[in-house]
Amino acid sequence: MRITVRLFASQRETMGLSSIDADVPDGSTAGSALAFLAGAHPALSAGAETLAFAVNREHASSTTPLHDGDELALLPPVAGG
Amino acid sequence: MSTRHFVLTNEPLDEHLATQIISHEGAGGVVTFVGRVRDEARGHKVTLLEYEAYPEMVERVFSDIAAEARKQFPITDIAIHHRVGALEVGDVSVVIAVSAPHRAAAFDACRYAIDRLKRVAPIWKKEHTPDGAVWVDDRP
Repeated sequence: MRITVRLFASQRETMGLSSIDADVPDGSTAGSALAFLAGAHPALSAGAETLAFAVNREHASSTTPLHDGDELALLPPVAGG
Repeated sequence: MSTRHFVLTNEPLDEHLATQIISHEGAGGVVTFVGRVRDEARGHKVTLLEYEAYPEMVERVFSDIAAEARKQFPITDIAIHHRVGALEVGDVSVVIAVSAPHRAAAFDACRYAIDRLKRVAPIWKKEHTPDGAVWVDDRP
């Protein structure tokens, strides 16, 4: 299935991209999709243990299931305010 | 600057506007929190803060925070405005304005909203110092 991955802050800079369209295995979760994508883009694993997830613009967890067309956002530690 | 309650913008923020939006005749107490860029952080001089957000998500998160505040405190209205882009020392990065019939709820809800925003809103900042720039990780 095909998903869109959104990148922010340090990850966006490291990858030089703010968004990636990617094919991930059917049945992927947010966490397994990240691990899968990090295979092709090792830069994505930098700080992976500190990342939070959003799926379709809602806060999610590593076990949130993904579906074709979903938008998966990788959220580094936030610092608003 | 729009007159919406939950705003992410590249434009300078006006705390008076946020305060005006939430003012109602029955609300005798208004508390406005204004966050500005400080000239130092953790012992370093700060020259510039570069804010970045997930724009399609952030205004809904603000709206969720406001709903949580309304559930916990008897407030009349709340507005949350945040700026993104390159901010200089003294620039306003965030404004939270809360109105309530009585002051205690307005203070409590305003404090709750800024604390939640810092923990959950998908916003990041890069701190520029004379020695370089680094993405800030504010986790406790």
